[in-house]
Amino acid sequence: MVPFVFEWAWDAGHLIFMGLLYLVLGAISLGLLYAFVKTWLKLRTSNDKFQSS
Amino acid sequence: MNHYFAFGLWIVFDLSVIALGAGAFFTGFLTYIIGKGDLKAIINPAVVIGFICYSAAIAMLGVDIGQPLRGWFIFWHANVHSMLTEVSFCITVYLGVLTIEYLPLIFSNRKLNEIREFNIFGDSLHHIMPLFAAAGTFLSFFHQGSLGGMFGVLFARPFAFREGFLIWPWTFFLFILSSIAAGPSFTLLCVWITQKVTGRELVKRDIFTMLAKISGWLLTSYIILKILDTISWAYGVVPRAGLSFMDFYEGPYGIWLMIAEIGIFGIIPAIILITPRLREKNALLIIGALMNITGIVLNRFIFTIQTLTIPVMPFDRFMSYSPSWQEWGIALCTIGYGVILFSLSYRYLPLFPQEVELNPVRVLGKVVKDSGLVKRR
Repeated sequence: MVPFVFEWAWDAGHLIFMGLLYLVLGAISLGLLYAFVKTWLKLRTSNDKFQSS
Repeated sequence: MNHYFAFGLWIVFDLSVIALGAGAFFTGFLTYIIGKGDLKAIINPAVVIGFICYSAAIAMLGVDIGQPLRGWFIFWHANVHSMLTEVSFCITVYLGVLTIEYLPLIFSNRKLNEIREFNIFGDSLHHIMPLFAAAGTFLSFFHQGSLGGMFGVLFARPFAFREGFLIWPWTFFLFILSSIAAGPSFTLLCVWITQKVTGRELVKRDIFTMLAKISGWLLTSYIILKILDTISWAYGVVPRAGLSFMDFYEGPYGIWLMIAEIGIFGIIPAIILITPRLREKNALLIIGALMNITGIVLNRFIFTIQTLTIPVMPFDRFMSYSPSWQEWGIALCTIGYGVILFSLSYRYLPLFPQEVELNPVRVLGKVVKDSGLVKRR
């Protein structure tokens, strides 16, 4: 069951194939996380400015 | 389709639209990774076309597998030695990437852009677009290749079987090259059709020239390698299988198919697109792009259908395939879906950043070249 594949086996095929897949999925997830956090920070900053004015 | 032709029109359509949708990843790669800033004028329609092609391909695959509710099995019970598993994973994840690339464009809609959260999120996504472009390039490279590799590893089908490099047969590399040669031509053709339908100039002429040049040189490289591959197949794989070259060309699938694929729809468009004097003429530019696309679709047809028509057992005979009306219906649905989504995107989203500049309008006697279009930097 590890890592997230029903018939997981610790061999080169699984490690390379799933490793690359998780690498790409990780990069995409990090990109999305960056966009969400940046949006949240910008919104918070602009809200603070709006309240202080 | 029947028990003999498990792969039919839908797979031909699938392979074709995936190849034609390669304009999205390749334009993204050139724009964000290589830094060809001029292509920003065309990146939005390229992304929309890519999204349409991949979503249509996945929808059609859902129908093709017969049991769409069990489609997720391929992810859970992944056979890591199968080219098709790699294709399934990559096209699914790449559709996700295309959706992410589409989002900033959707958030640029006049009404949606008024919602501050959407506007800022669109900007944030746009800011990190090179990362998504790189992920898309990686995924596309491997699934375009694996679609070709899938045929190249068919040891029992000498028509498709090829030798290669490490685990990848030569068809792996030929499919990548042919898709990146056809993708920009398809984008060019779609934009040109949109210009004709709307009666407006949407991108500058030099963008068309650039796309044609890129497409032309890639097609030239592909055709040279394809000819070399065909010669090495004819003198290597074919005699070793105990067959002769002409054993593969019978009935409706005669030698004319190869002449059409490589000669008429390969060499001729390559010459048109790489010759500056020829591609400067609008009619020849469009004919060249159209012939390029036709050649790639023909290539996918030959690999899918002709591979299956050729007998491989002593008791087999040369088969021929004609799609049923249900197969045509589903296939044409995807074209209809594409036209509708592209039209809606053009109607409601700022698809062409140069459109306003190229089509100035008079408002209260003043020429307006900037109508408040959302420009993400």
